[in-house]
Amino acid sequence: MSRPHGRPLDIRHGRVDMSHGAGGRAMAQLIEELFAATLDNPLLRQGNDGALLPAPGERLVMATDSHVVSPLFFAGGDIGSLAVHGTVNDVAMMGAHPRWLSAAFVLEEGFALADLQRIVVSMAGAAREAGVAVVTGDTKVVERGKGDGVFITTTGVGVMRAGLTLSGDAARPGDAILLSGAIGNHGMAIMSQRQGLEFDAPIVSDTAALHGLVAALLDSGAAVRVLRDPTRGGVATTLNEIASQSQVGMLLEEGAIPVDAAVEAACELLGLDPLYVANEGKLLAVCAAEDAARALAALRAHPLGLRAARIGTVRADAHGFVQMTTRMGGRRVVDWLSGEQLPRIC
Amino acid sequence: MKYVDEFRSGALAAGLAARIAAECRPGREYRLMEFCGGHTHAISRYGLADLLPPAVRLIHGPGCPVCVLPIGRVDQAIALARDHGVILCTYADTLRVPASRGSSLLRAKADGADVRMVYSTQDVLKIARANPHREVVFLAIGFETTTPPTAVAVLQAAHEDLHKLSVLCDHVLTPAAMHAILAVTGGVPLDGFIGPAHVSTVIGSRPYEPFARDYAKPVVIAGFEPLDVMQAILMLVRQINDGRAEVENEFTRAVTPEGNRTAQALVERVFGVRDSFEWRGLGSVPHSALQLRPEFARFDAEQRFGQAYRAVADNKACECAAILRGEKRPQDCRIFGTACTPDNPIGSCMVSSEGACAAHFTYGRFRDVAAA
Repeated sequence: MSRPHGRPLDIRHGRVDMSHGAGGRAMAQLIEELFAATLDNPLLRQGNDGALLPAPGERLVMATDSHVVSPLFFAGGDIGSLAVHGTVNDVAMMGAHPRWLSAAFVLEEGFALADLQRIVVSMAGAAREAGVAVVTGDTKVVERGKGDGVFITTTGVGVMRAGLTLSGDAARPGDAILLSGAIGNHGMAIMSQRQGLEFDAPIVSDTAALHGLVAALLDSGAAVRVLRDPTRGGVATTLNEIASQSQVGMLLEEGAIPVDAAVEAACELLGLDPLYVANEGKLLAVCAAEDAARALAALRAHPLGLRAARIGTVRADAHGFVQMTTRMGGRRVVDWLSGEQLPRIC
Repeated sequence: MKYVDEFRSGALAAGLAARIAAECRPGREYRLMEFCGGHTHAISRYGLADLLPPAVRLIHGPGCPVCVLPIGRVDQAIALARDHGVILCTYADTLRVPASRGSSLLRAKADGADVRMVYSTQDVLKIARANPHREVVFLAIGFETTTPPTAVAVLQAAHEDLHKLSVLCDHVLTPAAMHAILAVTGGVPLDGFIGPAHVSTVIGSRPYEPFARDYAKPVVIAGFEPLDVMQAILMLVRQINDGRAEVENEFTRAVTPEGNRTAQALVERVFGVRDSFEWRGLGSVPHSALQLRPEFARFDAEQRFGQAYRAVADNKACECAAILRGEKRPQDCRIFGTACTPDNPIGSCMVSSEGACAAHFTYGRFRDVAAA
């Protein structure tokens, strides 16, 4: 292939400059030599303003998510893998099989190309592992000081499973509430590396694509009514969303909620409640009580659901309280997150 | 988690609960004030009310640093940040305390003031070192627990000659507030105190002796873990049953009679006692707060910026004052949970997780529904 751009992009020493977003040769070179080369697939190779997708199935699910996490690289992942997992999971929680992603990058002038490459390579790896293709994208550059390295917005499209409807308003009194594993790892991994707050903790983000786990759960035949991934605001906030949408209450059992010892210790130190700390690789499922054992077995048989647990029950409650029996035997409300626990967690 | 789980055992709590219930005398009420917000939070978060017999009534005290900060003090800090262009540093919850005209440090920050949240006074020193040409003011709040770190910061600033750093000192004293509560005629009837945990690690158990001796109120110093609270309640019930009024220490793993002498010496070196200080809820309380000693006057933001304190009345509908005195419960306030919520606090007790209103709203409000 001829080289319209002259010398190749100096990824090792180069930095993003304003021309990389200006629409000219420099931008074309960045897209070609970094984004297109790394994220390569037939649909992206079409090289047009949008990707022409083959029409699959009857119903499609679309979801979008912006990623502004700080720091960009953290134990267990980086903004690239997170941008894939975050959107793949939103599509998966609808009960759909994620197929395609778009990726829009907002780059800050001066951002090292080597870091950008690391992020795009990680994104490509996460997409490959998840079986999704990044089929279209966009790049913009903002002046130094107007961004924070890189922000990534991904939009995902997935094919809906036939005959299935999941919705946050479908929880019914008596239903079982299941959680796929230990909580708080992503938020505490980020927090332990946050500027001004660094502490040594053997905590790794749980960031992962969950559609395989969702498929295993749905294949079990259990009557699943609601699926959600408890990201920002944690399990507490997600359950309050479901309770409010479904106009029900919930009663949780604190002792049944899995939390890693390191996460628990870090939360204790910072005065945080793991129930409010973000996850990027966990799901909450509400299913018919009689199917709870079957659903739990299916979750536990999958590598991402080994520590799945039934953590509570949906109840009739005109006030929509999510309550919890504490380890001490008393009862308390598990309220919505109030204010901001930690900004830019994902 | 080692050294924590041991104090959160449900089985041991059930055992203590059974003993408390068995030892409560029929027909008698045990009105116990937990002075500290840390206890208020533990009681609410672990749902301890469900473990106690109805005869034991827990009354929330004023020991929540941001709750007792009057509006005028927050106004002072906002004025410094907004009108004097300083970098205003303070602890997280303080940012949300309501000030005059619907303001708060958080809103001032959104309006462009340079307000920064810090986790420790070491962060303040870092900020001062990094900004040698800016005035940096630390809004120092809290009881005896947070005072020694402020003293260390002032000494360090003097040592390094960080001459643009100053402290807006709103540190307050626990025993003075306990006196104020007991001295109110017609105030809340109390049978005893659950004494502070962290405060007592610094001041020791001795300063509580006047409450036992002069007011005949038993005091049991307790840790902040749920089992500590349950054990302290049992100890108080026993003192009351025996007609004793003593200072007992449940929190022996951290509190001694003398307290932390090193910390006390640091505080003594840097701070003197103010003649009087206005508390939200308790009004002007004599000898209840600290100020920088004259030799550290150059680090005193009030003097440096000529900021005189002006008292500002609380919102008329807000019952924080009566709640801080233990005379009313959060749910007795007509704006509780309606106009005043943790997301939009009107009164200071709705701000911090240690505040009586925020704790009841966040953890306990289902009980109001059940009772209605």
